[in-house]
Order: sequence, then C-alpha cells, then structure tokens
Amino acid sequence: MTRKQRRGLLIGLGVGVLSLAAILMMFAFRQAIVFFHTPSDVAEHKIAPGARFRLGGLVEQGSVVRGDGTKVAFTVTDTLQKVPVSYEGILPDLFREGQGVVAEGTLSPDGHFVADTVLAKHDETYMPPEVAKALKEKGVKLGEGAEHPEGMTQ
Amino acid sequence: MIIEIGHFALILALLVAAAQMIVPAWGAQKRDRRLMAFGEPAALSQLALILISFLALMHAYVTSDFSVANVAANSHSSKPLIYRISGVWGNHEGSMLLWVLILAVFGAAVAVFGNNLPATLKANVLAVQSSVAVAFLLFILITSNPFERLDPAPFDGNGLNPILQDPALAFHPPFLYMGYVGFSMAFSFAVAALIEGRTDAAWARWVRPWTLLAWMCLTIGIAMGSWWAYYELGWGGWWFWDPVENASFMPWLAGTALLHSALVMEKREALKVWTILLAILTFSLSLMGTFLVRSGVLSSVHAFAVDPGRGVFVLSIMMLFTGGGLALFSYRARELQQGGVFSPISREGALVLNNVLLTIACVTVLVGTLYPLALESLTGAKISVGAPYFNMTFVPLMLPLLLALPLGPLLAWKRADLAAVMERLVAAAVLAALVLVAVFAYAERGPWLAPFGFAIGVWVMVGALSEIAFRIKLGQAPAAESWRRLINLPRASIGTTLAHFGVGLMVMGIVGTTAYKSEAILLMKPGDKTEIAGFELAFKGAAPSKGPNYTESIGVFDVTRGGAPVTRLEPSKRIYDAPPQPTSEAGIYAAWSGDLYAVLGDQQPDGGFAVRLYFHPLVRCIWFGALIMFFGGAISLSDRRLRVGAPSRASRAPAGVPAE
Repeated sequence: MTRKQRRGLLIGLGVGVLSLAAILMMFAFRQAIVFFHTPSDVAEHKIAPGARFRLGGLVEQGSVVRGDGTKVAFTVTDTLQKVPVSYEGILPDLFREGQGVVAEGTLSPDGHFVADTVLAKHDETYMPPEVAKALKEKGVKLGEGAEHPEGMTQ
Repeated sequence: MIIEIGHFALILALLVAAAQMIVPAWGAQKRDRRLMAFGEPAALSQLALILISFLALMHAYVTSDFSVANVAANSHSSKPLIYRISGVWGNHEGSMLLWVLILAVFGAAVAVFGNNLPATLKANVLAVQSSVAVAFLLFILITSNPFERLDPAPFDGNGLNPILQDPALAFHPPFLYMGYVGFSMAFSFAVAALIEGRTDAAWARWVRPWTLLAWMCLTIGIAMGSWWAYYELGWGGWWFWDPVENASFMPWLAGTALLHSALVMEKREALKVWTILLAILTFSLSLMGTFLVRSGVLSSVHAFAVDPGRGVFVLSIMMLFTGGGLALFSYRARELQQGGVFSPISREGALVLNNVLLTIACVTVLVGTLYPLALESLTGAKISVGAPYFNMTFVPLMLPLLLALPLGPLLAWKRADLAAVMERLVAAAVLAALVLVAVFAYAERGPWLAPFGFAIGVWVMVGALSEIAFRIKLGQAPAAESWRRLINLPRASIGTTLAHFGVGLMVMGIVGTTAYKSEAILLMKPGDKTEIAGFELAFKGAAPSKGPNYTESIGVFDVTRGGAPVTRLEPSKRIYDAPPQPTSEAGIYAAWSGDLYAVLGDQQPDGGFAVRLYFHPLVRCIWFGALIMFFGGAISLSDRRLRVGAPSRASRAPAGVPAE
C-alpha cells in the first residue's frame, strides 16, 4: 500500500466516523437538551405542559410543606413570579428555604411544576450560574444575605 | 514569618522560571552548551522554591494560623490533622499551588533523568515546561495568592466544606493534577520537537513513559472522584456526565489516544505528525478542564463558588498555549519526516482505529459540554445537555472500540493475518457467546441490550488474557515451559493485558449497575421492614452520635437474606460544626454480586425517616477496573526498556512480535 493510499484510507476512516458521530450528535441534541427557565419565563412564555425543562430560582421562605411519605411541595420564586413545585424523593442536603435551587421536570396542566430531580450542590456559597444570572436580570440583589440564608445558623 | 518566606519563595520561583523559559531556549538556538546547561539547575531550584512555598502553606494549615486569609477561609482548629493537610489543596489557591508544584516536579524530572536526551531537545523541553510554570505562577501571584494575611486574625477559621472532609477526596486532586499536569510533558516535548523541526523514535520513547504516568494518575484520579461521588453524595450514581466530570474525562480520552499513537511512533516511526498534534491537544484539554472548573461558566453539581476574574486569566493561558502550540504546529509540521508504511490490517492499523474512535468520542463529549456555552452566547437561551446526549453519542462510538480491542495486541506490526488472529480469540468469542445466552436465560428484567453489554465485557477481558495465553503457549507447551515464558514476558505486554482486562471489567460493572439497578425511596418508622433485591431490611431507629467535628444521627438497618443475618447498615446524617453544613453518609454493604446502599433522609413530623435504598449490581467492577488499569500502567512503566530508554538495538526488534 502506498503512502498516498494509506493517507486516503486514514482520512476516509476519520471522516466516516466523524460524520457518523455528527449524525448521532444531531439526533441526541434533539432529545437530550433541557432548557432553563425562571418562574417569570414560565409566567410569560406559556410553556407547554409536559415539556421537560429546568426551573431555577430561590426556594421561597416558609413554602416547604412535607406531604405523605417522601412527597414535598415548595415554591420557587425569582421574587417577581412564583411557581409551585411538587417533588417525591429525598431532597439534597443543601436544599434550604431562601437558597438557590434548580429543579428538573415538567409543568402539569394546572400550572404546578412536577420535579423528578432537584439538583444538589457541594458548596453553601455556590449558586448555579443560570440562577445567579437570571436573578440578576430580574433585578434581584444577590448580597451576602441572599447567598447565606439563615441556614448558616443551623 | 514562615508564610512570608513561602510568599517570597513563590516570587523567586517565578523569576527562576522566567529565566529558565528564555536562557536554555536561547542556548539551543545558538548551540551554546553553557546556556543550555542553565536549564538543569534552574529546574531544580524552581522545584525547591515552589516546594518551600507549598510547605509554608501546609505549615500554616497544620498549625491553624488563621492570620493567613486562605487558612481562615478554609480550615478550622477542630479539623482532624489529615483534613488540615488535605485542606491545603481543598481550595482554589492551594490547589493551584499544588498544580505548579507538580509541574515543577515534572520539569525537574526531565533535568535529572534526561541525560540521554539530545542537549538541544532537553534545553527546549525545559524552556517550554517553564513557560507553563511562568503562566501559572503569575496566575497565582496576581489573582489567587494563598499567602495573603488577615489583620486582625480571626479567632477561628470557617472550616473546610464538609463533603471534602473525606479520605478519597483528600487524594483525588493530587492524582488528578498529576494527570493534567503530566500531559504538560507531552506538550513540552511536542513543542520542543516542532522548534527543532525533527522527531525520531527516541523522542517517542521519551514521551511515552511520561504520558503513561500522567494517564495512570488521571485514571485513578477520575476513578477516586467517581467513587467519592458514589458514596458521599448519596445519589448512588457513579458518573453524571456533568461538565466538571467531562472536563477531566476529555484529557483522559485524548491521553489514551496519545499513549497508543506514541507506541506506533516509537516502534514504527509512523503517525509522527498526528502524535505531535495529539500531544498539544491533550494538554490543551487539560488546560480547558482547569478553565471550566475554575471559571464557573458552566452549571455543575460539582462546582464551587468561584471568582469570574480568574476564569478570564485561565482562559487567556489556555488560548496562549493552545493557540501557540497549534500555530507552531501548522508552521513546522510539514518538515517532520514521514515514517514506515503499513497495511490496514496490522497493529498500526488497529492503533489508528483506536485513535480515530477515541478522538471522535472526545469530540462528542467536547461538543456536549460546550454547546450550552455556545448557545447561550449566541441566542441567550439557557440549556443543559444531560446524560441522554452522552449515552446516545459516546456509547455507540465505544462499541466498535471495545469489539476491536482484543484484536489489536494480537495483530503483527506492518501486515497481519486477521484469520490467524481470530483463531486465537475463539475461546474469548465462545465464552462471550455463553455469557450472552446465560444472561438472556436468567435475567428476569432489564433492557435487551444488557446481555450484549456483558458479552462485550467478557470478550474484552478474555480477549486480553488470550494474548498472554498465546504468547506463553498455554496448553500447547508443558506447564513449566509456559511458566518460563510468562516470567520472561516483557512487563510492558503484561501491563497492556492488565489494562485491557481492566477495561473489560469496567464494562461489566457499568452494564450491571446501569441495567439491573434496584431503587426504592420510602418512609420508614422504627420497626418497619422492607425488601430490596432479595435482602430484607429492618429499620431499628436512629441514634445520635458525636464525631470529632460533627454531630450525627445514625440510622440502623439490620439486613437479612432468607432469614439469615447479613450485615448492619448504618447510614448517617451529619451536621458539621464548621461550617454548619449537613452531609449524608451512605451505609454500604459490599456483597460479591453488588452493593446494598442506604441513605438516611430527613426526619418527618410523624417520626418516620425518608429512606433511599439501592442495590447496585457489580458496581465495584467499575473502580476495580480502573485500579487494574492503573496497575497495568504501573507494571508497564516498570519495564526496563521504558525506564532507561531502550538502546537502538532493541528498537529494531519490536516487542509486539510474538516470541519466536
């Protein structure tokens, strides 16, 4: 096999696998992308019930209600709008009222958000960048108070 | 005072590194031996200075000197000694110091062990290595100085984030950085080779052990992170395709490809240009990993609070080295001489396939990780790309790789006989088919693809062993003869077999736990009983307890199987004293068939506890697989031919050709 043929073969193999990967990626992106919305987006956009998205904001003070078994209800707010959220399962260790949260799930027809995942964080002072940015855009001040709620005194 | 010495040593290290960046390279250009020789003492003193600086910071942590801002922010006097030590790199500033320390260790290693390198190559490598050090020392001194003082000193520190107070996480960052930073060696050698405009087998022989060392450390570092996330975060997952995880996985994929292409370059002098490019890209991906983790631009479950200003600095460093390396590559790569030709069915051909698949798999991970950033900057839409994307793109690319993996080491260099190779893999194929049938027959549930996954795992594991079995003539020669051959096998080929076996074992673990996991979330009151995966669990209640720097509530579960006692699981919920943050400690029982895993949730108003139970079949195979890959690398590294750099005679008799 000459050098030229070999180079052709290599390039062919590379291009072949790459285009296969590109097709896979296009298919995967269509299914695996999850949009991020704030409660205000939910109020404005009229997101279709059943569409999967991530809801981010602050857990409203005093809104966490424990139901039967491991059911939990709470409200996510960006201080302008609110969305009631229901979740079944164990909340992450750092889930706290007044603190930033990202929940993934779908909107039910009656307008409340059914979360199947509530994202955990490693760090008390960490705020997911989408939440921090979205809140900033809505004009919410993220002072020390917002990022360190009374959880610090626990 | 010690802290000021550390700070001063770090500034001196920057000056030394700056000199080391210029003088030896200048000497190599001018062919001036004295200027080139400057690199060695400079690399050693750079290491000594950074070490002094690192030890000074460690001293401040161990003695709890809270007048140092970094210590006050990240340590606490009540913390056990091991976490006071690991706390040094449990924060941004300290971990960057560890980063440059490891960088300096690698640089010094070239100075000490590089006597058989051509003088100009050595000088250039030391200069390039030092340019990376200059960039990161500047980064530390300008944006992340760990030696800043606080006045007045606080009475006590804020403490280390409790979830970092864990043995696995104490060693996870050093291994990860040894991986990331180790690839800087490949980068420095690649750039030095481009500066000189030539490379040869000796170059690859030098690069390979360093790449192997970096790859081993990255493998074990990632595995430790995965193991830690599995038991510490209480979600029972071992990999989430999270941006921060991907940031470490991309250099691993590229580094694995580099390891294999450097082999072709060493043995056959082919794929030179590609290997050089891969060396540059691998280190660029390491830098990108550092950027993604430190800048906080991506939403990650593993992210920590960060300062955006630092992100810009790391991004500039990354663009400088990636851009510079690639520019030099496009300018000089043409001048590199092409090596030997080979037929598609050959060891080289198999390694090319390996490289194509690994590189493109790395591209799919890269696209999935960066797509949210690109989309947000273009359209403002905020998205996240979840695990389904990666499962749909990455996994299909891994399938041909795993299927071809056992063939590779059996193929001869240059031109191979595929039929003869398949003959040697009959045992592996038969066993894989048996496993396929058996799993189909016995599995009551789970996806229909899972039995094929197990079959591939067995194919890879048995295929790896088949190579050794063939080479020692197992069953075809007297046992004593086979034994003699096994002893005399080059360690590198035993290492290859082990590493490939580890891959197969990992596949078994991944398939087992992904396809056959059992999960239950329920509310349990003391006295309640439940059942999962054939185990009966009786909840006895929760009792308070006190640790060195936390209080905890330990739930007690008595586990029986068919009435016979098995174990007692004790998951706990801890509240640390400083910072006052809750963590969950999973209760795990490791059986041969898998892990029984319990997490204690919040207490409910009626006295019951939310409880999360899992059974993860074969999950341990994932980390054992990684461990075996690590040891495979270590055994290969201990091969004399790699350590000393083989004499030219040995390179003409490639190790890959089956003995006799």
